[in-house]
Amino acid sequence: MNNPSQFKASSVAGRIVFWLLIALTLFFFLFPLYWMFLSSIKQPGDVTSLPPRFIPFVQFKPTLANYAAVLSTSAMGSRQNTFPWALLNSVLVGGTATVVAVILGTLTAYAFSRFRVKGESDLLFFILSTRMLPPVVVLVPIFLMFTNLGLPNTFAGITLLYIISGLPFVVWMMKGFFDEIPREYEDAAMVDGYSRLEAVWKIVFPEAFPAMLATAVFVLITAWNEFVFVTLLNKQSWGTVPPFLYQIIGYGRTEWSRMAAAAIIYITPIVVFTFVVRNHLLRGVTFGAVRR
Amino acid sequence: MSVQPVESVIPERAEVRPRFAWLSERALMHLFLWPTLLLLLFITVFPLIWSLCLSFTEYSVVHDSSWTAARWVGLGNYSRLLADAEFWTRFQISASFVVPTVLVEFLLGFGIALLLHRLTYGRGFLSTIILIPMMLAPVVVALFWRFMLQGDIGIVNYFIRDVLGFAAVPWLTERNWAIVSMILVDTWQWTPFMMLISLAGLSAVPKYLYEAADVDRASGWFKFRHITLPLVTPLLLIGMLFRLMDTYKLFELAFVLTGGGPGDYTKVLPLYLYRMAFGDFNTGRASAVGYIMLIVIIALANLLIRLLNQMKAEER
Repeated sequence: MNNPSQFKASSVAGRIVFWLLIALTLFFFLFPLYWMFLSSIKQPGDVTSLPPRFIPFVQFKPTLANYAAVLSTSAMGSRQNTFPWALLNSVLVGGTATVVAVILGTLTAYAFSRFRVKGESDLLFFILSTRMLPPVVVLVPIFLMFTNLGLPNTFAGITLLYIISGLPFVVWMMKGFFDEIPREYEDAAMVDGYSRLEAVWKIVFPEAFPAMLATAVFVLITAWNEFVFVTLLNKQSWGTVPPFLYQIIGYGRTEWSRMAAAAIIYITPIVVFTFVVRNHLLRGVTFGAVRR
Repeated sequence: MSVQPVESVIPERAEVRPRFAWLSERALMHLFLWPTLLLLLFITVFPLIWSLCLSFTEYSVVHDSSWTAARWVGLGNYSRLLADAEFWTRFQISASFVVPTVLVEFLLGFGIALLLHRLTYGRGFLSTIILIPMMLAPVVVALFWRFMLQGDIGIVNYFIRDVLGFAAVPWLTERNWAIVSMILVDTWQWTPFMMLISLAGLSAVPKYLYEAADVDRASGWFKFRHITLPLVTPLLLIGMLFRLMDTYKLFELAFVLTGGGPGDYTKVLPLYLYRMAFGDFNTGRASAVGYIMLIVIIALANLLIRLLNQMKAEER
């Protein structure tokens, strides 16, 4: 038997049960995604029709009108608060925060991995503990702080917040990766006449680049999905997509087909990224605590 | 990662004089460490101290002109909260969401991992597509489930009523079902996480243990109980610790899916704090709620970590 932890499922009944359970699992996790996609290509009248229509082209005529409506600047929201704007804000804020967090955090991780830092484990624990903090607990003081500094409704404010919330993650992930990269590379380079900084830039960074990319994806997803702070701080401008989606269901009758189209556009990059970083997922979602 | 020969990764060097050689190792270390540490101090330690001070005052962001108007009340906020029945109700509601959610996610996630682990082929692909929900924005998930859980026209009730023949479920409108809805949606989104952790645990169990058990003609249950379970448990506990902390602080689900309703029945602690701080603008008291939340979660996490270490010690 090639898989030793298997319970023997040689009986026909056992096999049927096994595959039924697999099918049930897939149905539970994937049907909502399929239904979201279906709703996005339905006419508004078809979305809530009973009995529901499951098969495009056969049971209903699919349309791209919802996508066109969502991506035009007039269909939903107020003048300065439309889906394309929110999407652009998400891209700019998320992108900037990710790049800065990954660079700063990688340098810090390098220092922890290679230099003798006083109180290293305490500092690392401090960095980790900031991530365990329930966000609502610091919501009040951060709100007051930002208000005093004039940071609400700015690009700088929300980006700074996302940089800082991504940093602990980057430090822990990259420290794990650096610990696996042999020191000999840099040592040899420094023997060859490179300074430490040059060795980091020319040898270590290229070596760590794939790991940095995987880390970046997780930081980007966190910023991309964040809701609480951006809702509270950027009510008037620089709002991202999550608060936008929440706002549009508040106005009168919800147009679910458009909501679904906007949601599909918003989650597509995430789905792609999930496949891109699938080998790092375990490490990524456990803060680098669990590795294989 | 394949280890290349050292020469091949170092580019040829033309000039000899290293640039930035004047930067000592120590200076470089400080240069790398401090930006991160300062930013973290700025956004976590400083706000935490501020909020601790605020929790001892009576203060409102809206009604008081500036923070100098805060009136010192000592432990007043805390003693009033602890004597307030409403506050304890919030704790109960949070617990009635958090505890079942973590347990269901653990059981389902582990169960699905056991299933997928038996697949000899397609396991990687299947587990990756099952992982998609946990990467999505909680707001999108909550919004979409709100659509699917609608009472009369929702797709979930269609399956329950028209396909299975049961009575339609008042998902978001009846108080106990509203909690079940929250558990259901969080389970949908985060069971994949427990599955991922469990799969990692299962594939780390060395095969020779099973082979040895096979030689002894051990039963499937015996192998599961005495080989699989003990070796996987530490990892599962880490996973549960993560889920516990995350569901405890989860705000979006209550805010978007149920809005805290019906009535206040799904107003979990984070939503309670949010409404107190930014609805009633009772800033001082909300800070005290935050601190109590913080103390509780630190205590719980420590308990679980201690349990984990104890189990690890017993193994040796």
